[in-house]
Amino acid sequence: MKRSRFPLVVTVLVFVFFYLPIVILVVNSFNAARFSSSWQGFTLGWYSKLFQSPEIWQSVRNTLIIALSSTAVSLVLGTAAAFALHRYAGSRLQRLHYTLIYTPLVVPEILMGISLLMAFVAAGTGLGLFTIFLAHVTFCVSYVAMVVLARLQDFDFSLIEAAQDLGASWWQSTRKVLLPLLVPGLAAGGLLAFTLSVDDFVITFFVAGPGSTTLPLRIYSMIKYGNPPMINALSTLLLAVTFTAVIASQKLARLKR
Amino acid sequence: MGSNLRNARFGSPSPFSSKKLALRRFDPIFRRRLQEWLTSLPTLFWLTLFIVIPTLLVFAVAFRPANPYGGIGPGWTLETIRSLWNPGYLVIAWRTVWISLLTTALCILFAIPTGYFIARAPERWRNRLLMLVIVPFWTSFLVRVFAWKSLLHPEGLIKKVLEAVGLAGPQTTLLYHPAAVVLVMVYTFLPFTILPIYAASEKFDFRLLEAARDLGARPFQAFRKIFLPGIRRGLLTAVLVVFIPALGSYIIPDLVGGPASEMLGNKIAQRVFVDRNLPHAAALSAVLILAVLAPLVAVLGLQRKKEKPDIIIGEAP
Repeated sequence: MKRSRFPLVVTVLVFVFFYLPIVILVVNSFNAARFSSSWQGFTLGWYSKLFQSPEIWQSVRNTLIIALSSTAVSLVLGTAAAFALHRYAGSRLQRLHYTLIYTPLVVPEILMGISLLMAFVAAGTGLGLFTIFLAHVTFCVSYVAMVVLARLQDFDFSLIEAAQDLGASWWQSTRKVLLPLLVPGLAAGGLLAFTLSVDDFVITFFVAGPGSTTLPLRIYSMIKYGNPPMINALSTLLLAVTFTAVIASQKLARLKR
Repeated sequence: MGSNLRNARFGSPSPFSSKKLALRRFDPIFRRRLQEWLTSLPTLFWLTLFIVIPTLLVFAVAFRPANPYGGIGPGWTLETIRSLWNPGYLVIAWRTVWISLLTTALCILFAIPTGYFIARAPERWRNRLLMLVIVPFWTSFLVRVFAWKSLLHPEGLIKKVLEAVGLAGPQTTLLYHPAAVVLVMVYTFLPFTILPIYAASEKFDFRLLEAARDLGARPFQAFRKIFLPGIRRGLLTAVLVVFIPALGSYIIPDLVGGPASEMLGNKIAQRVFVDRNLPHAAALSAVLILAVLAPLVAVLGLQRKKEKPDIIIGEAP
């Protein structure tokens, strides 16, 4: 049977659509022209301007503080939740638990942002790094729980029972059997939480206060009021960092196998 | 032993309470319940505190008056809810719905051939093609929106190309138009549509298409009557993962749309950051929550009638 060429053509167009804006952005970060339409020579000037801007480094620092702390907390909470969801699947408590964990995944970000803002205002909590941290843990927990839960589906719990039959205590069987087998799931969940936290704009925008500007907030104000080529340079750097991180983590995963 | 255990759990108050406790520790059912609560309680507590209560607060604050300092005043009022019923908001609500619907339709339209193509590609190519779908989304969301903003800019590449071909005059503006919003929204959501459609197509038995053709179906007929129903679950998931976040869009209309393409999300943000009127923002958010719930409940109902109620990721326990 002759297959239609149509799906191939659409797929190619879709990939061009996906990559064209990114490629042009990277090229323009080296373009001396202020606007993207014409090439006026190679320059690294936008990068050096970027490195001279102290606000950027301050916001990078804030972003990392929040991302690391919220990843750590959401890993602990999310893993416990995934464990409960898997081990006690089907109970009424777990059905409620699953619905609660599932909600942040489907609720539009702006709703989460505004409801958290209301809660912080009602509780009289001052807005700042701490409120951003609380908000980030709230959405990261669900993603961690889902990723770890997916790994647990393949986990054979009779291994734990075997260890306990052979005399291991609860703690020993957890630390020596369960945890090592869960490491890939934890790494994947942690990486996802970290990325989501670093990239989040909408929720952060609602619960940020003075002095707690994160990198996405900084980029947003640069887009609204700033200098386009500098954003190109910053974006290219971010791209380079993410790509290196992802390739490194994949190499690591391959090494382990 | 069994009756001892039962006594320990349900039995009359015993004078030997320490003995009772010791027995309880060995009761496997009790221990299981305890472990279940211990492992569930942290997230139950956290999500109640930061999801359930704040959402209820949104509905409550919608009925409170604003105070002039950007906070919430004392007492209760229906004024805010009443003020939502004005033509300005109706226009915005309608625009939010049609932009979201159009985005969903376009995403599905492009995702079906792409998902189909990837699913039919040779096995070693599939993962590479999937990677190509995912990679652009390692980049920051704001950066992607910005890339489009500079492409659509009056000095940007697309405008220059269109002018050179004669499709646009010097007066044409590409930015700040609802079409620009739809374009960037399709760009943002398309991968999330391709993935579930690919996942469903991969499980589809393509021999069914050949059988349909052998039995005399034209190619499009076979596609519409056999393939599309076969990937129905993937399609439903794809619709949900685009339509719901699209309803809550805020950054895209804010950065590439003008006043003529404002959506509900922009109004909520304006009430919070420009007017500092939290009750008004809460009332608008309550409307958005209800708008988001409607398609979710509809799709869940549709799925429950026929299959297991899983949506988007994995199976419910």
